[in-house]
Amino acid sequence: MIQEKKQSSIAFVIGASSVGTLIEWYDFYIFGMLATIISKQFFPADAGTAALLSTLAIFAAGFIVRPFGALVFGRLGDLIGRKHTFLLTLVIMGGSTFAIGLVPGYATIGWAAPILVLILRLLQGLALGGEYGGAATYVAEHAPKGQRGFWTSWIQTTATLGLFLALGVIIFIRSSQGVEKFSAEWGGWRYPFWISLLLVGVSILIRMRMSESPMFSKLKTEGKISANPLKESFGNKGNFKMVLLALFGAVMGQGVVWYTGQFYAQSFIETVCKVEFIQSRNLMLWAILMATPCFVLFGWLSDKVGRKWIMLIGMLAAVLTYRPIYKQFLSLTSAKNRIEKIDLSKTTASEPKVVIDVKDNTKIYVTQVFDTAYTDGANFRYTKTDTLHLTAAYDAGLKIDALNPSLVVSKSEKPNVVIEKTMDEGTYWNLIWLVFIQIVYVTMVYGPIAAFLVEMFPTKIRYTSMSLPYHIGNGVFGGLVPFLGTLIVEFTKSAESPMGDALAGLWYPIGVASVCIVIGVIYLSNKIDKNVMD
Amino acid sequence: MNSVKKLLGYVWMLMAPALICFLVYQAVEKISAASAINKANITLQWVIILLVFIPICIGFFIFGKYASTNEYAHLPESSTEIE
Repeated sequence: MIQEKKQSSIAFVIGASSVGTLIEWYDFYIFGMLATIISKQFFPADAGTAALLSTLAIFAAGFIVRPFGALVFGRLGDLIGRKHTFLLTLVIMGGSTFAIGLVPGYATIGWAAPILVLILRLLQGLALGGEYGGAATYVAEHAPKGQRGFWTSWIQTTATLGLFLALGVIIFIRSSQGVEKFSAEWGGWRYPFWISLLLVGVSILIRMRMSESPMFSKLKTEGKISANPLKESFGNKGNFKMVLLALFGAVMGQGVVWYTGQFYAQSFIETVCKVEFIQSRNLMLWAILMATPCFVLFGWLSDKVGRKWIMLIGMLAAVLTYRPIYKQFLSLTSAKNRIEKIDLSKTTASEPKVVIDVKDNTKIYVTQVFDTAYTDGANFRYTKTDTLHLTAAYDAGLKIDALNPSLVVSKSEKPNVVIEKTMDEGTYWNLIWLVFIQIVYVTMVYGPIAAFLVEMFPTKIRYTSMSLPYHIGNGVFGGLVPFLGTLIVEFTKSAESPMGDALAGLWYPIGVASVCIVIGVIYLSNKIDKNVMD
Repeated sequence: MNSVKKLLGYVWMLMAPALICFLVYQAVEKISAASAINKANITLQWVIILLVFIPICIGFFIFGKYASTNEYAHLPESSTEIE
């Protein structure tokens, strides 16, 4: 009877903590996933790539403030308790996410738009920095002896399930609205931000019912809580050296493996392999869904064999296989390995569509869509847009074929070509398996990490001490994977090779994880701390 | 094993300033190579990267220093050893 009560109590603790953390991740992800639309809405329309990079910079800034959030809320959590602190982070996260959905676009309020979005994004990063450490500490401090890895692994699933939820919501709204409505200034892309208010409201109600961590309550009753958690965490050499070891021997490698498997993979499939928007997201959903139970599996296993080797083997597998996996992505989605259907009716060009520039009626955009079908069932769509400058205003009723060539002053040298590849069933599943493998690596490195970090630090400064390395490792090393990966590929571009080396971006996660493996193997202990009450 | 830990400590201590130099060199090279339109954006990117990674490299140097003085020869087994 007592055993049953204990189990249901820990299940409630896990459920209540996990739902809140999942929602925080959802809030944080939707911004990154909608980066392309957000860059168009909040940055000058003619800024092009610069606008996207600015958004990515905001994305990075969101991650960079996470370590500050870890310090601010970690300190608070060690001073006033876990429960109230992570309730506060939830309110800040939900409020700022909802507010992003309310900010008018650049076209309406000018530079105030990107400034407001930047501030709100920073608040999101700050809140996320405080959330995870609190949730992981709270669950670990409730977990029965010998099952800490298993129970905390449920918290670890939330980061991936949050991504799943965010992807699902975005795909659903985009599919039901269509691209144009979804991307408009007050279009469907804002709904995922508004939905957050409802989700956070429910989560706050659940968390209000939770009681404080028993270990923290005990410390408080005994008057043993830390007077200055920051000083005790980072001013005390004995603890600071463990913070450094946690960061360089485990979390930085875990961070890059996580972000490569879930975010770089998605970005690579969409922007480099050019797989169509919905299909690229659907395949991520399948891979996440299939791999998520492995978090719990590796969390459970870490209670039996220790945390260290599971994490390091996951990192090593990632280091050894990333390049072959991404090479395979390129090969599977290439036109070279396919045979075009000879049936001409299957390789079609649409009627050219003319759009007149809103500011200059002598400037027109001529768009034509070419569909190429392949024998394996794949279909590659090329949308070609030429920009033409005319001597006089374009007559909207005129067909482009009837346009007198002498009226054309100039034509863009290189047309803008957008490629969207819809893969055949076989290739689609091959892509899913390749992403799945990467997410299994994520579960190996991420499943046991909460228990590993909790066991490294004393209760009275645990929230502060574990939050900082976690958020530097994940926020900085991991969060910058897409940004630095793209930057490294840019560096490899030259006049001889205008596309650069598409796989070059992988050297960043491979390099970081390799150093982490060496440090982990040499310096880390595989011992499970049986007593985290001290 | 302790001598390997110690020896590698010196490697980390050397790697940290080398990484800082590499980052600064890359930043200067990329910013000066950027076109006038992109200059501000590229500068911002590199300032962010330097601001974030230089303190981390300093942390890495300290980690190496601790390793070289055998601070990691024995890892604490209870919180009393940390306090």
